[in-house]
Amino acid sequence: MSDDQEEEIVCRCEDVSLKELLEAIDRGYTTLDQLKRYLRIGMGHCQGRTCLRLAAGVLARKLGKRVDEIEWPTVRPPILPVEISKLAEVDERDKR
Amino acid sequence: MNVIKDRVEVAIIGGGISGVALAYELSKRGVEVAVFEKNFLGSGSTGRCGGGIRQQFSTEENIRLAMESVKIFERMKEELGWDIEYYQGGYLILAHTEEEVKQFEKNVRLQRSLGLDVQWLERDEINDIVPELDVEGIGAIAATYCPTDGHAYPPKAVWAYADKARELGAHIYEFTEVKGIIVENGRASGVITERGETRSRFVVNAAGAWSPIVAEMAGVKLPNKPYRHEIMITEPLSHFLDPMVISFHDNVYFRQTMRGGIIGGWGDPEEKPGFNFASSLKFITTMARLLRKYIPALKPVRVLRQWAGLYDVTPDAKPILGPVKEVEGFLQMNGYSGHGFMVAPMCAVLLAQYITGEPLSIPLEPFSVERFEKEVRGEVSVVG
Repeated sequence: MSDDQEEEIVCRCEDVSLKELLEAIDRGYTTLDQLKRYLRIGMGHCQGRTCLRLAAGVLARKLGKRVDEIEWPTVRPPILPVEISKLAEVDERDKR
Repeated sequence: MNVIKDRVEVAIIGGGISGVALAYELSKRGVEVAVFEKNFLGSGSTGRCGGGIRQQFSTEENIRLAMESVKIFERMKEELGWDIEYYQGGYLILAHTEEEVKQFEKNVRLQRSLGLDVQWLERDEINDIVPELDVEGIGAIAATYCPTDGHAYPPKAVWAYADKARELGAHIYEFTEVKGIIVENGRASGVITERGETRSRFVVNAAGAWSPIVAEMAGVKLPNKPYRHEIMITEPLSHFLDPMVISFHDNVYFRQTMRGGIIGGWGDPEEKPGFNFASSLKFITTMARLLRKYIPALKPVRVLRQWAGLYDVTPDAKPILGPVKEVEGFLQMNGYSGHGFMVAPMCAVLLAQYITGEPLSIPLEPFSVERFEKEVRGEVSVVG
């Protein structure tokens, strides 16, 4: 592992480096769903918009696949972080 | 892809906490096992659950399973070599009605008779445990608190067991779906998977919410039904909340993870059985209103995501463990009804003891599927 990989951050929300990502893949976590649970990439404020794209690219190269062959974790609502007070005021019968 | 083993002693269907814990307990006893998981380990219900570990139940069976499991969780870091983020911050269980107070008094008597350290809290003592809780606003009139209850990060518990089991010789096959169970002369003698067959002396059904489907493969009927249960997590906050807070009255629970997020679920009383994983607006708005009411200081905190998992619910909310009379060697390890993560460690010990013929630490009869042929008295302390 090079020092560069240690310093190169893949996930800014959860502070995960490229080195940690490569090590996790080597340990057998070879889907984005597993990497998400193992490293918490995609669990932070950005909900994977930055890190999962990067991780998908790294994973594809490691596995010798194309990026579009990498399965994406389920996209979870509310997509963007929303305050509890705002959600509490939503009328769930309002279907707009 | 490696080819699957053609023969083992025990074939385990399902790679959630139950399956991998049993794989570990058997491997430790020198029994060769294989685990078959159709997706990745923990992908079913374990990895979706709230991670709570409580011992405050209303039936002797559940209390004893949970108390023994806590002893295992307490030594897990040392035994399995993984930090699973286990934290004994307690469980605070709120009573809102006189009827609940009566039930909780009964529960506490039973829990204490079994050696559990549980505290009774009057209304004005609840804030000693969680100062931020709006006791008056939520209408709590009393509470019970068990300081040795706690929580952990479920995916890591699964990997901890799986890694150690592999180290001891277990075969763990992910992305390998079981399509059939081989039954010969009334005895389960192996599994048919999409990657070939594995013969075995025992087949264990640890398939969680999918257990009735798996049982059907051996011609066995189980009464379990899958129920969606929704859950959410907020952005991380500095640590302030030690215990899991539960209210059966409001059907809600929440806790703070070691990363800092508030994770919590609300059970919709109108939920219908089925394999439904959809996230609903009804859940997140109700949950937000409950969190705002319980801890008003959480109002500006942002929700990051919501998801759903399945409870594997039996008619009495107690697990189904052990043999069935129709098919010899076909063992059940399912029906946890929303408490699988917390009691699986001890259930794995019991099943391993049964398979190897060791004396059982806790009798298995009360968990037999045959109990449903009689009238059942169920666990009442559940977030349904």
